[in-house]
Amino acid sequence: MSARANILSRIRTRQGKAVTVRASEREAVAQYLAAHPQGPRPQTGNDAVARFRERALGLSTTIGELSSAGEIPAAVARYLQSAGLAPAAVCWPQFAALDWRAQGIAVEARAAHGDDLVGITGAFCAIAETGTLMMCSGPDTPPATSLLPETHIAVLRRDRIVAGMEDAWALLRSESAGLPRAVNFISGPSRTADIEQTVTLGAHGPYRVHILLL
Amino acid sequence: MHFKARAGAKLADVRLQTALKKLQGNFVKGRADRIAELDNFPDIRDAAAAIRDRALQSLDVWLETFERNAAARGTVVHWAETHEDVNRIVREIAAQHGVRKIIKSKSMVTEECGLNDALEAAGLEVVETDLGEYILQLAREPPSHIVAPVVHKTRDEVSDLFAEKHKSPRLTDIPALCREAREKLRPHFLSADMGISGANFIIAETGSTLIVTNEGNGRMVTTLPKVHVAITGIEKVVPTLEDVSTLLRLLPRHGTGQSITNYISVTTGPKRDGDADGPEHFHVILVDAGRTQLIGGDMQQMLRCIRCGACMNHCPVYQSVGGHAYGWVYPGPMGSVLTPTYVGLENARDLPNAATLCRQCEVACPVKIPLPELLRKLRERQFEQGLKPWHEVAALRLWGWLAQRPMLYGLATRIKVRMLKAMANPQGMIRSLPFGGGWTDRRDFPAPEGRTFRELYGKSKA
Repeated sequence: MSARANILSRIRTRQGKAVTVRASEREAVAQYLAAHPQGPRPQTGNDAVARFRERALGLSTTIGELSSAGEIPAAVARYLQSAGLAPAAVCWPQFAALDWRAQGIAVEARAAHGDDLVGITGAFCAIAETGTLMMCSGPDTPPATSLLPETHIAVLRRDRIVAGMEDAWALLRSESAGLPRAVNFISGPSRTADIEQTVTLGAHGPYRVHILLL
Repeated sequence: MHFKARAGAKLADVRLQTALKKLQGNFVKGRADRIAELDNFPDIRDAAAAIRDRALQSLDVWLETFERNAAARGTVVHWAETHEDVNRIVREIAAQHGVRKIIKSKSMVTEECGLNDALEAAGLEVVETDLGEYILQLAREPPSHIVAPVVHKTRDEVSDLFAEKHKSPRLTDIPALCREAREKLRPHFLSADMGISGANFIIAETGSTLIVTNEGNGRMVTTLPKVHVAITGIEKVVPTLEDVSTLLRLLPRHGTGQSITNYISVTTGPKRDGDADGPEHFHVILVDAGRTQLIGGDMQQMLRCIRCGACMNHCPVYQSVGGHAYGWVYPGPMGSVLTPTYVGLENARDLPNAATLCRQCEVACPVKIPLPELLRKLRERQFEQGLKPWHEVAALRLWGWLAQRPMLYGLATRIKVRMLKAMANPQGMIRSLPFGGGWTDRRDFPAPEGRTFRELYGKSKA
């Protein structure tokens, strides 16, 4: 008998079930999956954007407010300057065509390497309840860009802010077939509290997360 | 050495006592504050317990569903009956892909297995990348907490350790120590051939594994190396994405006092066509290693556990002695239930008694595991299997014999309270009790007034 068969039959035997799975058991599981019912949700207020802002700021994320995509390069330039960072970055391809040169920023549209200092990405959506970005991996949305650089700048459309994680999954279900390889929820700069339970920003991922709300 | 002896040594360890004080402030208060954000916390907690029970009640079918959906995305699913099986399977995967260097994110299952030693014995380089686990790997120590593995160490000890092992100037500032570790570990992230992670949950609906982390090392381990192996217990299965959303409202709040962890990474299969990053091969190892012994019986509720650590953070015994006193991978109340099951009740003799049954753990548990009741059941089992010390058994027998003879019992207790009264000093305290040294070694015993309850009660009725 294989390890798989041994483990599964041990479970059934200990629960006093027949060795063969009954059709009704599979049916119950299939029905639950088809229904995927939501659990109780906490109150998060009516204004998702305001809630997102408040929670994200509470996680040490910083936020810039924009009114059009054309303003992105200037906003990035201002942010990098104010944080004392060099004007160089890698970005997701969707931002390659913006006029970075006019702002004096050297931007390459590729996945980040270990020594890139600034990564510019979009986001699949964001969650107001916790101030969280939801990132989906794909050919044009490499996860490394939000992970390896010390500074992560994310462009987020206000109309992509949903109330809770359940709504984020629903949005993903409605827009694509199945999950991408990686879904990463990001809630502020990376941190650790392993030494004396003292929270320190910038463990292995970014030290800074800056969101440009569009 | 058993719990009692280790606990005594830990109580006398001044550095450990300093380190443990921080835990109560941050994790206990943090949990209370973050729970207050949820207007319907009791409903969410009920729902979470029900989700875990639903998964356990049809565990085999949910595991098959997970396996089918994972395989459909190109994940290779392995099953391991024992800890040795896990180590063998990882070695085989490493050999198959020509792996030399492995980076790991924190995983308690691999601590159970002694995986690092097994891999190093096979000539592989293994690097722990969670800051706490990295510190422990340098110090060659086991974790003392399932969420904050290095809670027993002070900053000074970390400073000394880094200076010695990195052969670098001694830094004392915590952010500087963190940066030192970041810079040491970054090259390993970029050069490793295999990443090993645990899984906080596996999702049947999508065949995904999920990990919660704060540092970002978990994301690196699941993104950068060409092979990713996720190792997790069979009980970690959760039916749907909605179910996991409910559980994620509780896990970070109870684990670290956060509303949400920095990162939640949901991984479904290896790299897809056109992806710029991600592992080429993704393996999941589903581990039994004692878990099925808890299924179906009166201990099944223990398998609800989502490994948040709240029970140990709130336990007055854990707060006093730390995790190493418990002697195996899992400390605190959850460990006192799990360890006897995994290593045998006869090898964990005093663990079911390493609790005051004050119920703090039960109140703090996000999935409502009745830990004190489970500990009591283990004590019963110890008694049934004759694993209690002979003098305890003899004393209980004698008491039982007396208690069934009310006249004799009344006489014996009347003599006893009068003797105890006679032993009292002028302050009404007894300094030293024969056969009661365990009590009077460290404190005085208040002497009775000289008459038994039955005497007084009889008089009041007359």
